[in-house]
Amino acid sequence: MSSATASVETSPRQDADASILKRLSLGIAGRLVIIVPYLWLLFFFLIPFVIVFKISLSQTAIAIPPYTPVMDFSDGISGFLAPFKELSFDSYIWLTQDALYFNAYVSSLVIAAISTVLALLVGYPIAYGMARAPASIRPTLLMLVILPFWTSFLIRVYAWIGILKPEGLLNQFLLSIGVIDDPLIIINTYKAIFIGIVYSYLPFMVLPLYSTLEKMDDSLIEAAKDLGCTPIGAFWKITFPLSLPGVIAGCLLVFIPAVGEFVIPDLLGGSRTLMIGKTLWKEFFSNRDWPVSSAVAVVLLMILILPIVYFQHVQARTQERGR
Amino acid sequence: MKSLGSIRRDFAPWSDPDAKPYIQFDNVTKRFGDFTAVNKLSLAVFEREFFALLGASGCGKSTLLRMLAGFEEPSEGRILLDGQDLAGIPPYRRPVNMMFQSYALFPHMTVEANIAFGLKQEGMARAEIEKRVTEMLRLVKLEQFARRKPHQLSGGQRQRVALARSVAKRPKVLLLDEPLGALDKKLREETQFELMDLQQDLGLTFVVVTHDQEEAMTMADRIAILDKGEVMQVATPAEVYEAPSSRFVAGFVGNVNMFDGKLARNGKENARIAANGGAEIIVDSAGDALPGAEVSFAIRPEKIRVSSTRPTDAVNAIEGEIYDVAYLGDMTVYHVKLDDGQVIKASTLNAARIIDDPLTWNDRAWISFRPDAGVVLTR
Repeated sequence: MSSATASVETSPRQDADASILKRLSLGIAGRLVIIVPYLWLLFFFLIPFVIVFKISLSQTAIAIPPYTPVMDFSDGISGFLAPFKELSFDSYIWLTQDALYFNAYVSSLVIAAISTVLALLVGYPIAYGMARAPASIRPTLLMLVILPFWTSFLIRVYAWIGILKPEGLLNQFLLSIGVIDDPLIIINTYKAIFIGIVYSYLPFMVLPLYSTLEKMDDSLIEAAKDLGCTPIGAFWKITFPLSLPGVIAGCLLVFIPAVGEFVIPDLLGGSRTLMIGKTLWKEFFSNRDWPVSSAVAVVLLMILILPIVYFQHVQARTQERGR
Repeated sequence: MKSLGSIRRDFAPWSDPDAKPYIQFDNVTKRFGDFTAVNKLSLAVFEREFFALLGASGCGKSTLLRMLAGFEEPSEGRILLDGQDLAGIPPYRRPVNMMFQSYALFPHMTVEANIAFGLKQEGMARAEIEKRVTEMLRLVKLEQFARRKPHQLSGGQRQRVALARSVAKRPKVLLLDEPLGALDKKLREETQFELMDLQQDLGLTFVVVTHDQEEAMTMADRIAILDKGEVMQVATPAEVYEAPSSRFVAGFVGNVNMFDGKLARNGKENARIAANGGAEIIVDSAGDALPGAEVSFAIRPEKIRVSSTRPTDAVNAIEGEIYDVAYLGDMTVYHVKLDDGQVIKASTLNAARIIDDPLTWNDRAWISFRPDAGVVLTR
């Protein structure tokens, strides 16, 4: 049926009703779309966090689960409310009394910071090279950066043991070409942790850097040169300042997970290296001290919330400017 | 005194055989892979000249500008600036500045900092920089926008910042790549005159790239018309319009009617062309073309008169029928279909509000023109 006949059959009022209906249904659909991530956050972040927080306020006990009090919903509302009186900040006080925890936090922050700087130094030239590459091969280069994600993280970290150990691939290679006479001791030191973190988190550094560098207008560099700037000068005065949102995003994406990293220091760092992730694991599995390990986790989150909020702020600002 | 079109001012170093060119393209070729963007091109621009490179996209005009700025090196040939060969000199050491089509303003710097950028690279003293920036801001009337960032400005304001930045260093030559391309029509017309004033005041040499013939005609002392990497004609706007050197130039700049035919006679007093459609055209001069040569007679629409009867004094008059009439306010454009089928455009200035003898669709009409109204083209 042609639209002309359709418009004859429906009165203007019906048309208006239809459009209101349409808008309403769109509104509902829109709300549904927003609700999904909120539900996700509620069930998989907020509720678990509340549980962990509650455990951190409990006392250890030789029981299953290994802490008291336990909330028992079968006793009704009183069973739920009564244990609140027994909660205390003992675990948090304990964290301040043993220097181990403080040292582990500081050590983690320092290791994460150094790794982030190293990842930036390695990642920036990679991202810059990718952004300057011919447009036809950029997707391939991007693919190569993402490719390691296709293999298990754990396996890739294990592989580094084979590379870094005294009789490993790296030492064999360096010995054979005569650069060194004795094998380098890398595995089970902080060096191995830096290598592991830089390797594992490099894509998180490269991708945001690439996306800001790729968007940059070449004529800005030409304009800088035209106005008397050398190519190196143009990089520091134009390219680098304009890539700062990418630098900040990349650094935070590396720094935040690196602080709490457990697998890399555990596998590559040996027993003498100190990181909060390892401390937490020991409290939980070796000591079975759930309240203290929960307190460790809550404090770690508190420490990381600042950079996370800053990251969100930077993201929002760049998005606004992009518009 | 008789003259070809209107003359701009008393400035014509190109007609002085002793004048030394300021910028010289000497047999310059530029290839990108298999594509030849500029082909064995030679061109001379004089000091304090406002020179326009005009052509359709892909004609090589931007490549010429980029070679002058130092972003591209010629594959063959030399470019001289004030007698100095520019080969191998990087853009940051050349005494030329460019205003980019996209303006290329640094988004993380204020208007002030953008203008000061080139001066800082020069190592100019701080007080001196401040003075120059203030002067530039006044020049482009943006004093109150000094601390804004580029994204807080309108298109026209951004254009003026780009202009101020590129002239701040007082370059020997200012290169302008489609300087008005991103502005709307009204603003463009205003800015054209501002640019001309600026060039006069600062006494700089301007080389502007444009695809807009009106823009080139308005602003430039001379225009180089480019096609497929080659120069078709270099001349003043009036010469380009009134005495095009080839069919391409005649057709590229403005509207034109072409009568193709053979030169029947080339005498001292006048020449006669036998148009292919049968008409005979008497012209004052056919240059040095030989009788029998294939020629085109090019005549602009405003030089053709349209009347309902054959004018008694007309040397050239051809009969036809009004095919189309477009009333544009200031003028009326007639499309006259000659009896041989060719459609001729003729425009008449509406000097009076009341027209005595209005012509309309399907009226029989005569077109007439003077023997010196058009040019004979052999190329």
